[in-house]
Amino acid sequence: MGDLITMDDLTNEEILQVLDNARSLLPVAKGDVYLPLLQGKVLGNLFFENSTRTRMSFETAMKRLGGEVLNLSSIGSSVAKGETLYDTMQMVDGYADIAVIRHPNQGAAQYSADAVEIPILNGGDGAGNHPTQTMLDLFTIREAHGSLEGLNVMMVGDLRYGRTTHSLSHALVRFGAKITLVSPESLRMPDEIVSDLISHGGEINETEEMSLSIDSADVIYMTRIQKERFPDEDEYIKVAGIYKLTEDNLSGAKAGMIVMHPLPRVNELDASVDSTKHARYFQQAFNGVPTRMALLCRSLGVKIPKKVNK
Amino acid sequence: MSEMRRVTAICNGTAIDHIPSGHALQVLKMLRLDVGRSNPISMVMNVPSGKMGRKDVLKIEDRELNQEELDRLALIAPKASVAIIRNYHVAEKRTIELGTELINIVRCSFSNCITQNPREPLPHKLKIISAEPMKIRCFYCGKNQNIDEIVDYII
Repeated sequence: MGDLITMDDLTNEEILQVLDNARSLLPVAKGDVYLPLLQGKVLGNLFFENSTRTRMSFETAMKRLGGEVLNLSSIGSSVAKGETLYDTMQMVDGYADIAVIRHPNQGAAQYSADAVEIPILNGGDGAGNHPTQTMLDLFTIREAHGSLEGLNVMMVGDLRYGRTTHSLSHALVRFGAKITLVSPESLRMPDEIVSDLISHGGEINETEEMSLSIDSADVIYMTRIQKERFPDEDEYIKVAGIYKLTEDNLSGAKAGMIVMHPLPRVNELDASVDSTKHARYFQQAFNGVPTRMALLCRSLGVKIPKKVNK
Repeated sequence: MSEMRRVTAICNGTAIDHIPSGHALQVLKMLRLDVGRSNPISMVMNVPSGKMGRKDVLKIEDRELNQEELDRLALIAPKASVAIIRNYHVAEKRTIELGTELINIVRCSFSNCITQNPREPLPHKLKIISAEPMKIRCFYCGKNQNIDEIVDYII
């Protein structure tokens, strides 16, 4: 089965294998080498919700491997006319060899996977999961620290609706991470996720205070407070701008600590951090390309050569 | 006074004993016996029980519940004992089984779950995470379900 809906779909060994493959594909991701492993294959890019990086990096990944991409957005398609997701997916099943789906409703990716034969990659379902983002996050962390084992990771911001942190925390506890969850009370990580993390042996610390944990962190993972996920704008206003990481906050940080962000950022990550040695978020965004290449190949059962020569 | 004396024996039907105290009405709702039926139903609630302290009992006349219906009971009365009565005698004892998933029995309560669209055709699917304490999660969105309210989401 080539679906990737949550991080439970990959074992730790499979995660490391995908990350190794992503590293092998770096020259292809950069456009230095053309390696048409997916020639003749078609990716359905199904974005029922806004996306910049996920959509573009999947498209780049597919094209750099010689494949084709079909783009569907809900605006101007039959989705706007009230078509069910099931019906839309039946159509995609006939048009594409693999599909990535982003959808505002939680569970939409699993639902799509159940509806069709082709492999489905979850590109973000409501406030649920975002496993392909997690894979590129893990790639970024592993490239910086050499390993995923036993890291001290801070996650900051909207942990309630932030699907990137949901998937990433699930993966990291499986590699023995110590995770500090920093959020206002109203945006705490959902209970079922925290209890899952603890039952997987995760050492979890929840706090509203960002500054205390910075100096011991190996990774600071900032997230945007997502206005679009709040049912009530007043609730958003109460917590918007509550955290702001600046260069000054990082004076006592470990030398190898990296600052990550799934982007887009608003105010939570100051531009002053960009020029520090800790900033890794633009690199992280690029890493979506090799990682998604490796994931596309995995789902389509295409073997990646260990060494890709120029 | 034993509970058997509170309700007369039934000739044919189903007797459900050892329902957790106060849950008999939920059981009726879960079995969809609460509306639109003409079978006589007797119910006793909060009677003393050696095993449970207090318990509820239901007797449904002229209706033999099938295994699929009884498995629904597992959600609120997993330890209930069920007897099929024929001609005033216990003809069969049936056990309640809590499987690993619930298909088209209960729908997810989470407002942003994909299955909330009534036009989506795939079956509602919930996973049993643990039996004691009972933990149920939507197979699609992954949200935990509130067991106390689950009866409100029966399909």
